[in-house]
Amino acid sequence: MARQKRSHHRLKRAVAPYLYLSPSLLIIGLLMLLPMVTVISYSFQNSAVLRRDPSFAGLKHYQAIFADPVFWASLWHTLYFTCMSVVFHMTIGMIFALMLNSDRINPTLRNILRVLYILPWLFTAVIIAVIWRLLLEPNGVVNSILMQLGIIGSKIEWFSSPETALHAVTFANIWAGYPLFMVSLLAGLQGIPKDFYEAADIDGAKAYQKLIFITIPQLMPIIISISLLDFIWTMQVFPLIWITTGGGPIYSTEVLSTYTYKLAFSSYNLSQAAASAVVILLISLGLTLFYIRYQKAR
Amino acid sequence: MRKRHTPKDRLITVALHVALAAGLFFAAFPIYWMLSSSFKSNTEIFALPPTILPKAFTLEAYAAILGDPVKLRFFFNSYFVAGAVTVLTVLIALLAAYGFSRFNFRGKGSLNTLIISTQTIPPITLLIPFFGLVVSYRIFDTYVALILTYLVFTLPYAILLMTGYLNTLPRDLDEAVAVDGGSSWTALWRVIVPISLPGIVATSVYTFLLCWNEFLFALTLTKSTSMRTVPIGIQLLMGQHAFEWNQMMAMSVLGSLPLLVIYLVAQRFFLAGMTAGSVK
Repeated sequence: MARQKRSHHRLKRAVAPYLYLSPSLLIIGLLMLLPMVTVISYSFQNSAVLRRDPSFAGLKHYQAIFADPVFWASLWHTLYFTCMSVVFHMTIGMIFALMLNSDRINPTLRNILRVLYILPWLFTAVIIAVIWRLLLEPNGVVNSILMQLGIIGSKIEWFSSPETALHAVTFANIWAGYPLFMVSLLAGLQGIPKDFYEAADIDGAKAYQKLIFITIPQLMPIIISISLLDFIWTMQVFPLIWITTGGGPIYSTEVLSTYTYKLAFSSYNLSQAAASAVVILLISLGLTLFYIRYQKAR
Repeated sequence: MRKRHTPKDRLITVALHVALAAGLFFAAFPIYWMLSSSFKSNTEIFALPPTILPKAFTLEAYAAILGDPVKLRFFFNSYFVAGAVTVLTVLIALLAAYGFSRFNFRGKGSLNTLIISTQTIPPITLLIPFFGLVVSYRIFDTYVALILTYLVFTLPYAILLMTGYLNTLPRDLDEAVAVDGGSSWTALWRVIVPISLPGIVATSVYTFLLCWNEFLFALTLTKSTSMRTVPIGIQLLMGQHAFEWNQMMAMSVLGSLPLLVIYLVAQRFFLAGMTAGSVK
């Protein structure tokens, strides 16, 4: 009797975790894994979604994308946008974190500045896009200040001239994204044991030596994992570019996400869009595998 | 230890404060500009030279937004969808996190890896099949479409956040319930949930924020003006009035309010969620 009860209990223990996980797994399976299979199958069909009985297209849509100069331009813009963003997010985040962590500023000021430095993080991408459009209007405040300082001679149409548009959206994204690094690095800085620095002081180490030989190596795990995540997420940015430039002028800010979106919902070429979406997925998956292996190795 | 008050030392301190001020300008000026523009008239926004403080302080932009039922509907939609997704996500994620945190089972490691990797799936990749599914199940342009699709993106983060939190709670508590003959289900609701409130709050905050900020799906899976959320509303405002910048800024301020309030009231929970993706 007692043994039966115990084995019943053990069975319940064995089944229980699957029951607790089942709602989540159902949702992830049906709404994430299944759609991924669907998008892959769309990419091999003619007129996916639009026709009830689409025919098999083979690799046609992939060939069409790889033959499209706009696709390659988008890939290049995505790389530029992403690399610049990640490098500057990291640099600015690091500088701000080090400044806030310095014992030369008073704690109240530190707390106030910490809140204010995080500000860009609290705004939605659409709102960030609208703010930067206002700031960078030809008649806007940025042009006005730059002209008064004599840095530029005439008004620049930051978002609507092909020479500046990509730099302008990248700048807006740099502004929007550094707080993630700042907050994470600040937490990391506070976790470095104080005796490391005391030992270095005894050896007469200079400030920059402490930075290079203690601080940065200690923060390396954070720097690498945040850089990878930031890279993956920045690569997927859509609203900021959509609202500021829409990918224009003349494709000069077209990135993979806007390119794919336009294929799908402006040209209604959902099959080709699916092929492009699969390419983006593969790039993301590659980076994700790298990220997970790094996390596990830690 | 450190020698203070040497001229060189003082110079460094001054330089640091100058740099801090420059940093502050970089971080906060765009937001200040949004705020100050929202209190200007549209003509003053493009006055030359630009006015740093509104010369003629006016609430006309706010009155125009809050007096327009179409725009209020955007806010209602955003709150409703974000609220519904938050409740569902927290419930479902709590169960999954409990499973991960308190049981050992076959496939645990690979399921965990699966959930971590779903965080990085590009939204644009899922958008195309979602569009196909939403159209074929006739839920295009409904709340259901938004709620279901948002759930997919909030759930992985929420599970990881909640699991992380539950792992910090001692196991003796729920084992005490088991000794008394209670099931794991009883332990969850009687013991775990009441002491998990900080974790639940952090998860809710982050989930709400993800939904509040969502743009791509709201843009594609809804069509009628009455179904649009705040981010889409701001975009519509840009197209429709020939650049009523003061109204756009007022709407941006109102659209940022929930996140600002949450941040100021519950900074700790907010940061816990925001850095969740990177700290595991």
